[in-house]
Amino acid sequence: MSSDSITAQDIAAREYRAGFVTDIESETVPVGLSEDVIRLISGKKGEPEWLLEWRLKAYRHWLTMQEPTWANVHHPPIDYQAIAYYSAPKQKKDGPKSLADVDPKLLETYEKLGVPLHERAKLAGVAVDAVFDSVSVATTFRAKLEEVGVIFCSFSEAVQKHPELVRKWLGTVVPYTDNFFATLNSAVFTDGSFCYIPKGVRCPMELSTYFRINAANTGQFERTLIIAEEGAYVSYLEGCTAPIRDENQLHAAVVELVALDHAQIKYSTVQNWYPGDKEGKGGIYNFVTKRGKCLGRASKISWTQVETGSAITWKYPSCILQGDDSVGEFYSVALANNYQQADTGTKMIHIGKNTRSTIISKGISAGHGQNTYRGLVRIGKAADDSRNYSQCDSLLLGDQCGAHTFPYIEVLNSTAQMEHEASTSKIGEDQLFYFQQRGIAPEDAVSMIVNGFCKEVFKELPMEFAVEAQKLLGVSLEGSVG
Amino acid sequence: MLEVKDLHASANGREILKGVDLRVKAGEVHAIMGPNGSGKSTLAHVIAGRPGYEVTRGRVLYQGQDLLAMTPEARAREGVFLAFQYPVEIPGVSNVYFLKAALNAIRKHRGQSELDAMDFLSLVKEKAKLVDIDESLVKRAVNEGFSGGEKKRNEIFQMAILDPPLAVLDETDSGLDIDALRIVAGGVNQLRTPERAIVLVTHYQRLLDYIVPDVVHVLLDGRIVKSGDKELARELEARGYEWLEASAAP
Ligand SMILES: Nc1ncnc2c1ncn2[C@@H]1O[C@H](COP(=O)(O)OP(=O)(O)OP(=O)(O)O)[C@@H](O)[C@H]1O
Ligand SMILES: [Mg+2]
Repeated sequence: MSSDSITAQDIAAREYRAGFVTDIESETVPVGLSEDVIRLISGKKGEPEWLLEWRLKAYRHWLTMQEPTWANVHHPPIDYQAIAYYSAPKQKKDGPKSLADVDPKLLETYEKLGVPLHERAKLAGVAVDAVFDSVSVATTFRAKLEEVGVIFCSFSEAVQKHPELVRKWLGTVVPYTDNFFATLNSAVFTDGSFCYIPKGVRCPMELSTYFRINAANTGQFERTLIIAEEGAYVSYLEGCTAPIRDENQLHAAVVELVALDHAQIKYSTVQNWYPGDKEGKGGIYNFVTKRGKCLGRASKISWTQVETGSAITWKYPSCILQGDDSVGEFYSVALANNYQQADTGTKMIHIGKNTRSTIISKGISAGHGQNTYRGLVRIGKAADDSRNYSQCDSLLLGDQCGAHTFPYIEVLNSTAQMEHEASTSKIGEDQLFYFQQRGIAPEDAVSMIVNGFCKEVFKELPMEFAVEAQKLLGVSLEGSVG
Repeated sequence: MLEVKDLHASANGREILKGVDLRVKAGEVHAIMGPNGSGKSTLAHVIAGRPGYEVTRGRVLYQGQDLLAMTPEARAREGVFLAFQYPVEIPGVSNVYFLKAALNAIRKHRGQSELDAMDFLSLVKEKAKLVDIDESLVKRAVNEGFSGGEKKRNEIFQMAILDPPLAVLDETDSGLDIDALRIVAGGVNQLRTPERAIVLVTHYQRLLDYIVPDVVHVLLDGRIVKSGDKELARELEARGYEWLEASAAP
């Protein structure tokens, strides 16, 4: 009865639709890391002296650090001298002035990825900053944003045009000493997005950055900084893809968010870095530090992530709830299929009074995937009447995958209210057969179950991204049954 | 409608069905009785195509088609319905959503258009009344946290919605209280039409008081050892299975 048998653990080839390579001439610095390389990167960008100094301090600190080993992930040692730290598509001048200057091959690349950069095209309500390897190649809708005073540009440009803002906020949420990968990023970061929402402004459109790794043997170290002044609101989206390559590639980004009084930042990620093939060869190592600081009172930072890609994901978008009455949220769907490893979660650090946080984590494991939720909730001494609600659900497809949950709770204030719920469910052959017996094909069954499982998180995503995320999960799980 | 010929099936290397023969025509209701572990559910599963069984000999024809060559979902779309002895829970997927997907998959297979939300909901209302199932159960996740009896009732509800030509009900009466048994049996009786064939697996005469079968079979150690009319069920109720065991020996 072989034609009938459905084995949930029989993981067949999955399709990675963003796996093409753009054939474009790039300028890449030789592999290896040294103070000279950092000076070179900084020089290419014409950076001010203070920034170079900051990078060098980070680098010297990094030399004293050890790669962390506490995560529930396994990989061969990374040779940091075998990585190129800067790669940029060749351009006439030092950066495109308008879309007309952008290499058509790049426009085509983003078009193919479903992120057209022409402003009249599909993503009409969304301003996009497109980062290709180490540099930002285009930012759309800038004029429209400037009308209301919103600054949305590449990080490099912000360093040139708004140095006072960058200098004031850079490293205030994730200091250069923070952790091994964040420190490395501080030394060698190349580009990323910068976004500033002035006081009282509700950003009129979604802002988004689309990260693309193209060059081989290159690491991507981008840095994003978002500042929402008093009463401001912004919704920010991030998408990522990379070509299919046999070697592992390193992505070590840093994202810093700052929300002042009554400001709100909603940060959504749909991460689809190349996950490696079904034997576990290749794929991106995604070691990312994302942190938001609710600096002002009654401010709010909300992280929503759908993590389907990467060979290894190591990522804990966190909130420091410093202002009284501030709110932190973390909604996550993480998928580990084939040989993917995901160690992800959040940290909610309650400092101010009456601060609230919500954690909804949905981990899906299939094939030989290992999915770990790791979360810390800390209620500080002064954080009177603070509350946390955590819910960690795991879904297992088949029986060779794993789900692990490590909730850490530190409560230093007795008025805190903590609630934690966890569940593990398994889609076994019995469930799939039940669907089949009612006429529903196993692929559709899996996607119905997975979408049901994730709906609390999907509803936090902006509409068009929720649809994207659903499709992406469907594709990522294709062939995970039958 | 259904023709099972010399069916041998095993699971994990152990032979469970040892030559089953069964013919069910449209419009008929057949009851299959037999002691625990005799292979009743196995027969139902093999007909529906559940993984984990190996058919080593024999055939199963449904409306003239070779059922064993088809995927489980293809069998379902062709109209083979199994009401499970132990319905599984599907967390996160609501009953209505599930049923709508099922019905539309079947309709698509028949070349019919998908039912729109309005038509579907009125169908749900109508059929929910038929088996007297609470509307809140319809909205909840499939079988999640349902009581044993509610799960069974939900199986019949699904059958009413999907309207299959062949229904195999595996101990749908077990776990039902007296009122529920009457209601479910009433529901099944309404679905008893000249076009439909029903196979009832049961341990109890009680169900057969409500749904009077055309034929009663006794399955013993993987074989049908005796078939008769409804009187056979009464006889089993009175005498048990021991008197038949001699005929079960190979
Ligand atoms: N996958 C399997 N592996 C090994 N043995 C199995 C398997 N499935 C069923 N069996 C065995 O086959 C026999 C028949 O099981 P089946 O479930 O068909 O019985 P049944 O007649 O439905 O019994 P009941 O009246 O208790 O429901 C039992 O002894 C059972 O343990
Ligand atoms: Mg049984």
